[in-house]
Amino acid sequence: MNGWDDLDRFVRTDPLDVGCDEAIRLMHVYADIVIDYGSDRAAQRYPGIAAHFRACGPCAEDLTGLLLAAGA
Amino acid sequence: MVHTHDEETSEWLRDLDLASPCRTEALERLHRLLLRAAFAEVTRRRDRHSLSGPEQEDLAHQAAHDAMMAILAKVDEFRGESRFTTWAYKFVILEVSNKIGRHFWQRPSSILNDAQWDRLPDRLGIAPDDQAIRTEILETIRRAVTNELTEHQQRVFLALVVEGIPLDALAARLDCTRNSLYKTMFDARRKLRAALVADGHIETDQLSAAEESNP
Repeated sequence: MNGWDDLDRFVRTDPLDVGCDEAIRLMHVYADIVIDYGSDRAAQRYPGIAAHFRACGPCAEDLTGLLLAAGA
Repeated sequence: MVHTHDEETSEWLRDLDLASPCRTEALERLHRLLLRAAFAEVTRRRDRHSLSGPEQEDLAHQAAHDAMMAILAKVDEFRGESRFTTWAYKFVILEVSNKIGRHFWQRPSSILNDAQWDRLPDRLGIAPDDQAIRTEILETIRRAVTNELTEHQQRVFLALVVEGIPLDALAARLDCTRNSLYKTMFDARRKLRAALVADGHIETDQLSAAEESNP
């Protein structure tokens, strides 16, 4: 690795990543766990969804909006 | 799985029932809730998407209206896995995303130009301080894009990464889902990583070296 952290992150793929459809399907459930118990608990409960939110900008943006709307 | 509703959720479901005497008031309350969330979300995103006053307002109203319609059509499918309001807010957030994606193409500069590879180093965080390595990495990426990616993967990569078109905007233009574009890019990223590893620019790791399933 030559210090290209952003590039490394860009081409890194997580086999747990569930994709947008599944992340969106359960986004409200995930959000309530974050609100009630914190993001670590949500990631433990749904590791594949957490992996997706780490990699997908648009879904992460939607989750942020949802958490703000729901009052996290 | 049986879910126990919290008190507020139970109240929403009771009041939104077709036979409820409180339904009209509940619908108005729900619309106010959605509209407030839509305005907040549009305001939060406006600077990144060049939204001005009137179109911002219009977009928020449309998002709240469409979310309301979707919620009423699907309220019977609500399974109580979350608070009702969190479930409802999801619809309005997704509507805002969707509408902002479509709004992108209404801007005068939003056309698909020829790929501008000069922008790629900045987009991928390739630091400009070592010109030789930077040139080598760009060459590896260009070669992998040309030789390893399918035609569709190339088109999506160029639009999202080189041109910097937002994913939802591209999905709107290509009339496909966010998920299908994400999957296309997921596969493309794996191929690019393999090429960068093969040329010694980045190290392989356990995560990416493992047999991967697709999202």
